[in-house]
Amino acid sequence: MLESLGKLVTESGFAGFFSNPDGWRNLVMIAIACVLLYLGIKKQYEPLLMVGIAVGCLLANVSSVFMTTDGSLPDALYHQSLWDAFLDHTSPYYHSYGHIMANGGLIDILYIGVKAGIYPCMIFIGIGAMTDFGPLISNPKSLLLGAAAQFGVFFAFFGANLLGFDAQQSASIGIIGGADGPTAILTTTKLAPELLGPIAVAAYSYMALIPMIQPPIMRALTTEKERAVKMTQLREVSKTEKILFPIIVTIFIVLLLPSTAPLIGCLMFGNLLKETGVTERLSDVAQNALMNIVTLFLGISVGATMVGSRFLTLDTIKIVVLGLIAFAFSTIGGLLVGKLMYKLSGGKINPLIGSAGVSAVPMAARVSQREGQKANPSNFLLMHAMGPNVAGVIGSAIAAGFLISMFG
Amino acid sequence: MTSRLTLGIGSNLLDAILGYAVVFIGLTLLMTVIVIVGKIFTAKKAAPAEEKAAPAAAAPAAPKKLAPGSAGDVKLYDTDPRDAAMIMAIVANKLDKPLNELRFRSIKEVK
Repeated sequence: MLESLGKLVTESGFAGFFSNPDGWRNLVMIAIACVLLYLGIKKQYEPLLMVGIAVGCLLANVSSVFMTTDGSLPDALYHQSLWDAFLDHTSPYYHSYGHIMANGGLIDILYIGVKAGIYPCMIFIGIGAMTDFGPLISNPKSLLLGAAAQFGVFFAFFGANLLGFDAQQSASIGIIGGADGPTAILTTTKLAPELLGPIAVAAYSYMALIPMIQPPIMRALTTEKERAVKMTQLREVSKTEKILFPIIVTIFIVLLLPSTAPLIGCLMFGNLLKETGVTERLSDVAQNALMNIVTLFLGISVGATMVGSRFLTLDTIKIVVLGLIAFAFSTIGGLLVGKLMYKLSGGKINPLIGSAGVSAVPMAARVSQREGQKANPSNFLLMHAMGPNVAGVIGSAIAAGFLISMFG
Repeated sequence: MTSRLTLGIGSNLLDAILGYAVVFIGLTLLMTVIVIVGKIFTAKKAAPAEEKAAPAAAAPAAPKKLAPGSAGDVKLYDTDPRDAAMIMAIVANKLDKPLNELRFRSIKEVK
């Protein structure tokens, strides 16, 4: 009986914290998971994803401390060793989904959706079904602001390389500046899967912090007079134009940069479902049921990659800092081109809408609206800012497509 | 996945500039296409309006007056009429102008 009791104690997770060399790291990660849960639940930082990521992190680290006495795989939800073998060129299980299916736990199997790039694309179908491109179609110049606000992506890419990351890792870190979670996850999965955990957490955390990150930069780079500019009403966009838009964008952008096909194709497919008027049921499913299910799977499986031995490194700190730089410089890029458009238009364009080009729909557009209204209480910039905002989604997908085609 | 690349500062900078340029060029070209499509649609819309206006010009022009106090038709998208009325009242109050001097074309809920 004492022997059985001893076996139970040595195989328990509590003992694992001390007997497992990475046990203390798992303990720290459990604490980090609790902090993320607090941020998601109490502070409501992107709660739909943050809570899932935090629980995934918690489950992965609680499972990782188990030690089996016979050397077999512990009965856990997520097994880092399976995924290490999956990525190891020399392993017999290199790129073997069958091995994962046969030996993996629930989160291992769910993670296949991330690995194969399925979840980000499905989320893009949902985003497309929820997005109104009307403001962009009525003011196509918004696309320039969406392009300008990708500055941070390439600035952080350059910076990451200087800090010693290789090209694939730098590209994955840079894409945090696109302020688009699914795009960041897809790019990282394809280029540098070992960095998925820190990049996903940095991307979603900074997206939630946009109302704090952007306003000081907006006020520093614009004058009170510029912020107070009232923009003229947008023209009305016909239904036919709205139906044609996703078709034109898909053909045009995918032909230009084929590697954007998964993201742009799915985004525009979702939008077409919304605009046709004859696929309302599908549009409803894409916006609600599909989006919620995939968000659930994506959050928990991305969170599970935050295993202590991989997450608690100096690289994670560098990624967090570079992510913030990427966000800040994307905002700067959008604002500077916004100021240029203000000058060229003779003061008709409010430069504040430039900062909305960082995607993060509709948070960034709301920040532009709020800052504009602070300068001029009768200012209504929201719909004007939605143009660059949705242009930013297309812009970050093109940036991701470029980086994947260069380094993938 | 291809083998990992390490870039020198020069090629790193060049790749960053090239990437930013590709995004700009792609979206500028897309903007051009959308502007052209938009112009075609605006012209199509304007043509029947002109046709309608032509016979009206031949007839003795009757002075067309807006009824005092009419704010015209407001198109509502996903918006409750009560909410729309409240929004119009708030806007009028904020602008410090009587409601009958304002023209609301449409009200749409931003989701």
